[in-house]
Amino acid sequence: MRIVCPFCGERELGEFTYLGDARPVRPAAGSSEDEVFDYVYLRDNVAGPMSEYWYHGGGCRAWLKVARNTLTHEISSVEPAAGVGAAKVGA
Amino acid sequence: MKYSIFSLARAAFSGHKNWQRTWRDASPKSHYDVVIIGGGGHGLATAWFLASEYGIRNVAVLEKGWIGSGNAGRNTTIIRSNYGLPGNTGFYELSMKLWERMEQDLNYNTMVSQRGVINLYHSDAQRDAYARRGNTMRINGIDAELLDLTAVRKMMPFLNFDNARFPVQGGLLQRRGGTARHDAVVWGYAHAASALGVDIIQNCEVTGFIRDGSGKVTGVETSRGRIGAAKVGMAVAGSSSRVAAMAGMRLPIESHVLQAFVSEAIKPLIPNVMTFGAGHFYVSQSDKGGLVFGGDIDGYNSYAQRGNLPVMEDVCEGGMALMPMIGRIRLLRQWGGIMDMSMDGSPIIDKTPVDGLYLNAGWCYGGFKATPGSGLVFAHLLARDEPHKEATRFRLDRFRRGAMIDEKGQGAQPNLH
Repeated sequence: MRIVCPFCGERELGEFTYLGDARPVRPAAGSSEDEVFDYVYLRDNVAGPMSEYWYHGGGCRAWLKVARNTLTHEISSVEPAAGVGAAKVGA
Repeated sequence: MKYSIFSLARAAFSGHKNWQRTWRDASPKSHYDVVIIGGGGHGLATAWFLASEYGIRNVAVLEKGWIGSGNAGRNTTIIRSNYGLPGNTGFYELSMKLWERMEQDLNYNTMVSQRGVINLYHSDAQRDAYARRGNTMRINGIDAELLDLTAVRKMMPFLNFDNARFPVQGGLLQRRGGTARHDAVVWGYAHAASALGVDIIQNCEVTGFIRDGSGKVTGVETSRGRIGAAKVGMAVAGSSSRVAAMAGMRLPIESHVLQAFVSEAIKPLIPNVMTFGAGHFYVSQSDKGGLVFGGDIDGYNSYAQRGNLPVMEDVCEGGMALMPMIGRIRLLRQWGGIMDMSMDGSPIIDKTPVDGLYLNAGWCYGGFKATPGSGLVFAHLLARDEPHKEATRFRLDRFRRGAMIDEKGQGAQPNLH
């Protein structure tokens, strides 16, 4: 598996770190316990095309939003996601 | 078919041409007391325990491919019970005790080999952590020995003891741990379950659940027709989320790929199962002579049953750090299996919110060693509608209650467990 970074070009997987599914959104402060539980623990665990965050730590150190098929590892698109991944991990 | 020294001798005199099938390849009936989805080790063990311990023999095991075609045939065959947390210690020791009597129970040679499992430590802090774990095991009646450097040198003189960065200082040894022949475990449970009347149905993929007006599951839709069931148990680790989704459930699980490797055969070298404590690398040597080894999961969601090169490189580096002389051995085979990575690294064996549907999932990459224990406690749950006493903590609602069983202390980050 290689990822075509929009800034660095095609790079091998070892340069990237995985964050996971891009769909869940951190609930606002004051959200219900159910919403927080859902966000922290439950997963769609998609079998098929999935949108996810990767971090190019071994290159430009940008957050990327990658569309990848979990059944085949085929990557259909890679977009810059400046700030989005960072916000998700609370960085 | 009963196996014994006499059946072996009889077969030898007829040139081994008259061995019978060891289990029946059944066709589905219209209704069963219990239907188990998943013909891997856990599903077949569950069926056997239902029939042998709980007297429920009208049972079917549905497998979408052939039995043992998933993770039961894709692991590194290690058995051990060196866990440290309440919930895990008792359960895995129950499983270990069942491994020790499995061949007699099943009348099948599953090649259980208690050659010992040693976790090497490489720092003072790690020694303290292993001493603590060993003490926890011993308090719970599980064998554990903390070996110093001299003892490890005597046991495994071939290790690289001159590694300046990660010096081997000693190891935590569980002598009762070891390996078993993974395919034989599947065939052994199939053999024994089939003999008690369990229907093992292959090429039968579950495509949906049949539910009555109250929402209760009353059967399954399959590629071989509708099959009614009073109770349905899922034992489909790797695909748990996909099957649960058919019942409208979302699980605290991500599916990840774990790779395993076999080298070309060499003369006997590694006497036990050994883990490198400064990285993630575990290895044993098969009876054919190949080194069987593995390490971390790849770390990204996957259902592809194959992994990528960065982890392969990392695993091989771990092996080289311990045994630089294996660098010239060629890799013979490599494969990937799909792991149910749960949010705390521990399994889930529980009733689901859907009446009539029972869940056995979340084995992360430790499912093989749990096979007999998992079968027993899941059969208990299906038969009695209450958890087995060694599985009271593996509840589906433990994440909501904050009662995680997090051996590694990583929190809800499944690719780190």
